[in-house]
Amino acid sequence: MQIVLAILIGAAFGFVLDRVGATNPNYIIKMLNLSDLHLMKTILAGIGVASILMFAGLLIGLVDPGHLSVKTAYGGVFLGGILLGLGFAISGYCPGTGLTAMATGRIDALVFVIGGLVGAAAYMLTYSAFAGTALLEEIAGGKSTLGPVSGTEYPALLNVMPGEWIGLLVGIAFVLVAWMLPQRVSTRKRQAVPAE
Amino acid sequence: MRTRPIGLTPSEQAKSGYASTNPYLDKSGGKYAAEIANPLNYSFILVIAMMAGALISAILRGGVPKSERVMPPVWRANFGDAPWKRYLASFGAGFLVLYGARLAGGCTSGHMMSGMMQTALSGYIFSAGVFLIAIPAALYLFRQEG
Repeated sequence: MQIVLAILIGAAFGFVLDRVGATNPNYIIKMLNLSDLHLMKTILAGIGVASILMFAGLLIGLVDPGHLSVKTAYGGVFLGGILLGLGFAISGYCPGTGLTAMATGRIDALVFVIGGLVGAAAYMLTYSAFAGTALLEEIAGGKSTLGPVSGTEYPALLNVMPGEWIGLLVGIAFVLVAWMLPQRVSTRKRQAVPAE
Repeated sequence: MRTRPIGLTPSEQAKSGYASTNPYLDKSGGKYAAEIANPLNYSFILVIAMMAGALISAILRGGVPKSERVMPPVWRANFGDAPWKRYLASFGAGFLVLYGARLAGGCTSGHMMSGMMQTALSGYIFSAGVFLIAIPAALYLFRQEG
């Protein structure tokens, strides 16, 4: 049954990634150089809507809190984000969109995936240099969420209201930001595309 | 029956009953060693299905134009037509992205989307790192919009 779900969820996710243009490195790069924020709006709206549905589902008892899976916070999360962000900007691919772009027939994505396999192997071989250092040490409680979510044991950063309500509010904020973001913020003049 | 939040880069989980001589594969109770021993696991099937889903979508919209299969127009506008330059950059970028994702314990899907939707602190930390560097880097590298 798990495998059937993996097939259904994976196929839907891959299909939608392609439909919103996330498999197209041109959209990713133009999002990051701020000349076309349409994909940024899509991603923020997606996160917001998912958040609202999930936390509303938790509140009315439709979603089992056991489905939450919060990852650990440590310094390496930030450093890893920096490394990933640099490669993301250069190529216009991240792990998921690189694989799906490769599947749509992009050759540079295939090269990206090969580089990625080498990078993942390199991490495996250099992992012992990080193990036991402060870089991999939990910070702020480790698997922390903004507020306490009932039915889970994740530590909460804020104890002002139930984590479900904070999640709902944050979800709404994501949707609002997605809605209000302009299509482009770059002040540069559009350049004519040279004929190919 | 429990599914996992979408994410392409593995994160830690419970004891697996597997072990490895490699310290990375052996961490988190040998979970990665277990996944290597059983390749038809949830994560692997998810990735294969994602690729199939993207391929179906691409076919339905008429495929990727031939001129874009080697490099996107914005790359061509900034760095010219030579495929080797794009391939070299893509290889290096792939290395950085996966090395970084392994170090971070997740990627754009796992940390940014699944993480931030759960209000996970790790998701916010990861996203801050990504955009702090990705936006200035893209502004610097891709001055021509394409």
